[in-house]
Amino acid sequence: MATTATVQQTKWWNGGKSPFNLEYGKLMMWYFLMSDAFTFGAFLISYGTIRFSQNFWPDPNVVFNAFPGAGHANLPLAFVSVMTFILIISSVTMVLAVHAGHNNNKKEVAKWLVWTIIGGAAFLGCQAWEWHHLITGEHAVLVDGQLGIVGQTTRINPWGDLASSTDITAAIQNTPREILERLAHMGGHGNEGAAPVNYAALPNEALIKLIDFEGLHIRENGPVAFGGYFFGITGFHGFHVFSGVIINIIMLIMTQKDVFARRGHYLMIEKAGLYWHFVDLVWVFVFLCFYLI
Amino acid sequence: MQHPAFDEVTVHHHVDDTTFKKKVRNTTILLSIITIAELVIGLVIYNIHKGDSPNELLVLMFKGAVCILTLAKAYYIVSVFMHLGDEIRNMIMTIVVPLLLFVWFIGAFIWDGSSYKNLRNKYDAHYKETTMPHKH
Repeated sequence: MATTATVQQTKWWNGGKSPFNLEYGKLMMWYFLMSDAFTFGAFLISYGTIRFSQNFWPDPNVVFNAFPGAGHANLPLAFVSVMTFILIISSVTMVLAVHAGHNNNKKEVAKWLVWTIIGGAAFLGCQAWEWHHLITGEHAVLVDGQLGIVGQTTRINPWGDLASSTDITAAIQNTPREILERLAHMGGHGNEGAAPVNYAALPNEALIKLIDFEGLHIRENGPVAFGGYFFGITGFHGFHVFSGVIINIIMLIMTQKDVFARRGHYLMIEKAGLYWHFVDLVWVFVFLCFYLI
Repeated sequence: MQHPAFDEVTVHHHVDDTTFKKKVRNTTILLSIITIAELVIGLVIYNIHKGDSPNELLVLMFKGAVCILTLAKAYYIVSVFMHLGDEIRNMIMTIVVPLLLFVWFIGAFIWDGSSYKNLRNKYDAHYKETTMPHKH
């Protein structure tokens, strides 16, 4: 092959040319991405260290089982697989944009950049929904000897071990009336039927009898670090996706303004592409560490 | 007129459209298949956990399999989509060799975490009793 022969015969270190056969910007993008890989790696490894130091860690399939519009249906891995495919496909459209750039085809570059931007925005939308769902979720937990209703935040984790029925029975007495009424609305024997029971009007004893403590799957609070790591790492990744979308929008504007056409090459798209693929690459590992294992 | 930044690059990669399209399509299909395989294994792990006495060794083996699949996925993204596979060897090495630090990095810190857990369980009976998952 002609190219291979040239590569072998070229005296790369004689000066006047890039010894790595790359322009300066692209090479520096690679080194930036390598350092960014270490940043993400450090975060994920720190998460691993904490996880290995705990006797109990929440099962991801219990935590991430919701799907927009599916109500309380138990669908582990469903939503996150949609997010993963969105990112893979947007990576493919970016490859196509870079290739169109090699052919100096302005129209194609713009088209594939638009699809990549749409993919990135869709991913961010999914992540926003997931965060919102986790933070505002209502989960029955047994904390400090009383029952409560909490979501997943950086302060509390509602996915500890399942609470024992003796502990729950003891905790009912310490639980405020308002929480009991909310628990009855979440899982009470009076919710079915044409006319739901008016829980607020019932005396304590009758109210407690109607609550389906078994069906509520009341858990103890889990490791607090879970929330910090999840929101911290997916947030840092989401920030990368966000800045990637901004960079791609800038690339689109520059393409439309003929900046690259006048320059004679679309190498800038390649650098933006490297960054975008890196974002996809990081998600592969975030997906592994938080959702799969 | 070419930009000066373009001139320092000696060999330009020009792939013809058909070869390129075939390569991208094959890689996309491969990445999708690997992702689906990961999801299937994830659901298998979920179902093992649901059982009365989960086989911990089996779960660990499946989790190991998912890790290997993820590394394969990372390889294809970096080598094909990011074209690192097409660069010259010296350049590839300046990226890949520093990343070998991760071998120590992951091993050492995971080990540290589990050692901390074991020591605490050994010397703090109350901690062990209150945090160990109980049988239902």
